[in-house]
Amino acid sequence: MAVASAENAVRTGRFTRTFIYLFLLLFALFYLMPLLVMILNSLKPLAEIRGGNMLALPKQWTIEPWLSAWSTAQVGVEPTGLKPFFWNSIKMVVPAVVLSTVMGALNGYVLTKWRFRGDTILFGLMLFACFIPFQIVLIPMARVLGLLGLAGSTPGLVLVHLVYGVGFTTLYFRNYYAAFPTELVRAAQIDGAGFFRIFWRILLPSSGPIVVVSVIWQFTNIWNDFLFGASFADLDSMPMTVALNNLVSSSTGVKEYNVHFAGAILAALPTLLVYIVAGRYFVRGLMAGSVKG
Amino acid sequence: MALPSARADFKTRLQNLIPKLVLSPSLAMVLVFVYGFIIFTVYLSFTDSRILPSFGWVGFENYDKLFRLRHWDIAVANLAVFASLYIIISTVIGLSLAIFLDQKIRGEGFLRPIYLYPMALSFIVTGTAWKWLLDPGIGLEHTMHLWGWASFKFDWIKNRDYAIYTVVLAAVWQSSGFVMAMFLAGLRGIDNEILKAAQMDGASNWNLYRRIIIPQLRPAFLSAFVILSHLAIKSYDLVIALTGGGPGRATELPATFMYSYTFTRNQMGIGASSAVMMLMTIAAIMVPYLYAELKEKS
Repeated sequence: MAVASAENAVRTGRFTRTFIYLFLLLFALFYLMPLLVMILNSLKPLAEIRGGNMLALPKQWTIEPWLSAWSTAQVGVEPTGLKPFFWNSIKMVVPAVVLSTVMGALNGYVLTKWRFRGDTILFGLMLFACFIPFQIVLIPMARVLGLLGLAGSTPGLVLVHLVYGVGFTTLYFRNYYAAFPTELVRAAQIDGAGFFRIFWRILLPSSGPIVVVSVIWQFTNIWNDFLFGASFADLDSMPMTVALNNLVSSSTGVKEYNVHFAGAILAALPTLLVYIVAGRYFVRGLMAGSVKG
Repeated sequence: MALPSARADFKTRLQNLIPKLVLSPSLAMVLVFVYGFIIFTVYLSFTDSRILPSFGWVGFENYDKLFRLRHWDIAVANLAVFASLYIIISTVIGLSLAIFLDQKIRGEGFLRPIYLYPMALSFIVTGTAWKWLLDPGIGLEHTMHLWGWASFKFDWIKNRDYAIYTVVLAAVWQSSGFVMAMFLAGLRGIDNEILKAAQMDGASNWNLYRRIIIPQLRPAFLSAFVILSHLAIKSYDLVIALTGGGPGRATELPATFMYSYTFTRNQMGIGASSAVMMLMTIAAIMVPYLYAELKEKS
């Protein structure tokens, strides 16, 4: 029995369909396995991991590794767990996301509704800045953060993420506002509304979806950053990703795999939650970042 | 009469100035922190900087040294292997998943997020997970032994000749779902009428895809290529978390090379020249792409 599809008009037979389902399920398994292994093994005592099967359910369930990863594991010198670094990440991410989104929104508004000669070139310059390999700015950035007195501090990291994130947020808002009817803006202008009034009263109320996209993209990117954190943070500002890497790769003592797994899930939790709650917007942001149209 | 008009004039001029004023902080930041810094790093690559930047001009000496370093050769060769496999495999998997998902699959809404969630994770998390999964002592090999397959051997991550493929595996795991999403969007945008007409003419599914559908996905192919190659060249975190560049230098990439020469080996001049090489490679891919995109839009 052939299944006719109204959506794509391609007919497939029963044998083909069985193959397709098998293929799709196999890949679902491939993507889920690492997460599954991490969750299962973070709930086992260490002896069970070393002796046992990583795909087996825990014989003796324990949340000890989670407690250890959160508050007592050795990260660097002190047995602080990942807790302080989790908060470091929050303190870095929130201002960086808010500032870059606000600036991106205003930039997008200017670049679409208040166009001037040369604006496309300026936008091109900002856009290319999103794609540079950050290795090219590491050395001068370290110097400048030092000169500004921001070396090794959370405000320093916020600045770095703002600078290299604003190109993306500008891209999002520019593409979004380009589809917004310019006549409305012109009409408001004739009625005497100024720059900020038009933005506040006319564009912003309908910007909900793109604000969500921008916030999610920035949050995910900044939370997941490792290079800047590893280069510019010291112990008091070290973000979660760097702390996790220190925890996992510290060579002293016994390798506590279960604690490492629990730590990895803790580091992944915020972005995973965002993905689960607002996956639709997450995908839209990814697409806008790649297919600019 | 002259006064109000002058004031109005001033007001309009201010109104005209505001957009540019609003844009200027971002622009200044980008000009200084991106383009200024690029110029500074390019300049450093021509100096005798070691631990700290220094300004003694040495011409092309750093580049000369760089190209003769075996360490750099290895990093570039690894990148070539890694990037080409990563791009090809991610594209093939992404396209297959997208085409299959597009067959009115029951449970698409359930499967799609599973394919995509790795993209939300940090490369450090991905690296940590795969590091232990691939570890012969506790991971896949160990599990297969416990299941009775005693001769099963999978020690790529500890093997100089194969370690780079484990980086490919973890990277493909992380981004192939994203490629799937790009192709799926492309597939959903194809006009059904053409497909129906081709089917009336008796085209087989295979020919339908090969002759009509896949050629129409050209923009998605291009975007996937640009995004993946750009990710590959920037790859740093994943290698650090998964293998640390080892065993030996088996998974060293230009990004890890740059970091270790600049910050741990105190060869800043060489580190800067390697960063310049990375930038030029990415620019060669991104500039034409962005230029075409911007030109098309305006």
